[in-house]
Amino acid sequence: MRNAFAEEIAIAASIDERVVLLSGDIGNKLFDPFKSIAANRIYNCGVAEANMTGVAAGLGMMGYRPFTYSITPFVTVRCLEQIRVDVCYHNLPVTIVGTGAGLSYAELGPTHHSCDDIGILRMLPNISIVCPCDAIEAKAAIWAALRQEGPVYIRLGKKGEPRIHDEIPTFMIGKSITIREGSDACILSTGNVMPIALDVADGLIPSGIMARVESFHTVKPLDEELLKYLFENFQTVVTVEEHSLIGGLGSAVAEWVIDYAKGAKARLYRFGTQDKFLPFISGQAFAREYYGLRSEKIIRTILNELN
Amino acid sequence: MTNELLINIAKKIRARIIETSHIAEAPHLGSCLSCVDILIALYWNVLRIDPGNCHSPERDRFILSKGHAAPALFQVLAERLFFDPKLLEYFGQDGSLFGEHPLAHGVDGVEAATGSLGHGLPIGVGLALGSRIRGINNGIYVLLSDGECNEGSVWEAAMFSAAQKLENLTVIIDFNKWQATGRSEEVMALSPLIDKWISFGWDAREVDGHDITAVTELLLLPKDDSKKPRVLIAHTVKGKGVSFMEDDNNWHYRIPTKQEVIAAKKELGLIKEDHAERVC
Repeated sequence: MRNAFAEEIAIAASIDERVVLLSGDIGNKLFDPFKSIAANRIYNCGVAEANMTGVAAGLGMMGYRPFTYSITPFVTVRCLEQIRVDVCYHNLPVTIVGTGAGLSYAELGPTHHSCDDIGILRMLPNISIVCPCDAIEAKAAIWAALRQEGPVYIRLGKKGEPRIHDEIPTFMIGKSITIREGSDACILSTGNVMPIALDVADGLIPSGIMARVESFHTVKPLDEELLKYLFENFQTVVTVEEHSLIGGLGSAVAEWVIDYAKGAKARLYRFGTQDKFLPFISGQAFAREYYGLRSEKIIRTILNELN
Repeated sequence: MTNELLINIAKKIRARIIETSHIAEAPHLGSCLSCVDILIALYWNVLRIDPGNCHSPERDRFILSKGHAAPALFQVLAERLFFDPKLLEYFGQDGSLFGEHPLAHGVDGVEAATGSLGHGLPIGVGLALGSRIRGINNGIYVLLSDGECNEGSVWEAAMFSAAQKLENLTVIIDFNKWQATGRSEEVMALSPLIDKWISFGWDAREVDGHDITAVTELLLLPKDDSKKPRVLIAHTVKGKGVSFMEDDNNWHYRIPTKQEVIAAKKELGLIKEDHAERVC
C-alpha cells in the first residue's frame, strides 16, 4: 500500500497544485517521482512529528492540501495534541497518512505497532478515518481525501498486500464497498485484514454458507445506511480489524447498534486485538495468531451462531 | 502614529485588560500586561493588515502562541476595529466568542486557536512555508512566552525553520522571566536564551520589549542574505504598567479587586482622584 500511496500522491501533486507532502524522515527514495514533479511541495520535516503536524495545519490555513506521512504511531499518537488542536479543531484539510497499520511492523516490536490509532483518533471531532484494504483502495483514498473539506486519517498497511480489487472501485468516504455478495452472514472488514475476511468467506462455503464481505474502509463516519440494512436483514454480522477491540471498527459498530439499531435482527461478533502489548518478537502472521485474528476461529464462531 | 499616541493607546489597553480581568474573573493578567507594547508595535507599525478585509491572502499573519494573553490580543483587535469593541463587554460570558484563550472560529483577526503552548510556532512555520510556495511575501509573526520555550515542539520548529531558511518568519519572545509557578530561568535552565536561538540557526536579537519604537525598528529591520528566520528576545516585565503587579508572579492567576482596578487605572493616568468611585 505504501508504494501505491507514493505513486498516486505524485500523480495527485501533478494534477492538484494544492498538494504538499510532509514526511517524517522516512520514505526517501519512495518519493523521488514526487520530487521530480513538485520539488517545492515536498518536505522532509525530520524526526519531529509535532512540528510536522503544526506545519501541515499552517499550510492548510494557506489553502494547501498537506499530507503528513510517517510510520503509524509516530504520525498519529506521537503528535496527538497537534492533530487534535491544530488540525481537527481548526477543521483543516490535512490528511494524515500512517504506514504500518496494526501489526504490519510486528517484527519491529510494540513501539511500531498500531492497534490503538483508530480508537484514539476516532474521538476527535471533524476527522474522517479511512482504512484501505489494498493498494487500489489506498490510491482511491487519496482522491477521496482531496474531495473532503476537513481532516482525514488514512491508515495504510505496508507493502506487498494481496490485491483485492480487479479494477478501481467507486470510493467514497463513508460508503462501504461490497467485495463479495452473500446473504447468510456478513463480514465487515476494515483495512489490511481483508485477506482474513475472504478466507473466512471461502471457509464457510463447504458448509453451504454464503458470506457477504464488505470493505468497510471508513470507520468514521460509519456507513449507517448499510449498517441499518445489514442488521435488519442478516442473522450474523462480524467485524474484523487489525486493531484493538477497544475503540476500533467493532467498537464503533457496537456503539451504533446500541444507539440506533432498533429491532436489529443480527448478532454482532467482533474480532480484533486484545488489550495487551505483544510480549515477544514475531512476524505479522504469528502476531495475528497470538491475538486470535485467525480465519478458523471466525469461521467457528459464525458456524456456531448459524447452527 | 506618533510614539506618544501609541504609548497612550498602550495605557488604555492595559486598563481595559485589568478591568476585564476583574469583571470576568479572568487570570493571566501579568502575562497580558507584559506583551501589550509588543502587540502595539505589531498592530500599529508592522503588520500589513486591513481590519476591513481581514481574510485577504496577501495579509501578514500574527499568531499569539502564548494564547493565555488572549485578553490583550482582543483589546488590541478591538482598538484596531477588527470587530465592534462592544462585543468585549460579553467577555467570559456563556455563549461569548471572547474568553481566556482565542477560539478557532468566529473572531475576525484571530489567525489560530492557541492556549496549549508550543503550537503557534509550528503553525507559523506552515504559514511561512505556504507563503513561500505561493510566491507571496507574507510576513509571519509569532509571539511566544519564555515559559513556552519549555515545549519541545518550539525547538523542533526552530530547527526546521532554520533548515528551510524561512526568512519571512519572525518570532518574538515575551521574556518576562516568569512562568506559571516559578522563574523561567530556574524551572528549565533557559539561559542563555539568545545563544540557544543563535545556535539553532536564527538571526537572534535582544530588545526592550516595552520600547515600542525599538521593537518596531527591529521587526522592520531588513533581512540580510543569510535568509535566517529572525527572533527578538524581548525583555519585558510581567505585570508591566502597574507598580504593584510588576514582576510579582502572583498576578499570573490573581484577579484584581475593584480597589486594585481603580489604583491601577490611576497609575496608568486614566482616571483622576475625584472620579475614582465611578469606574467599576
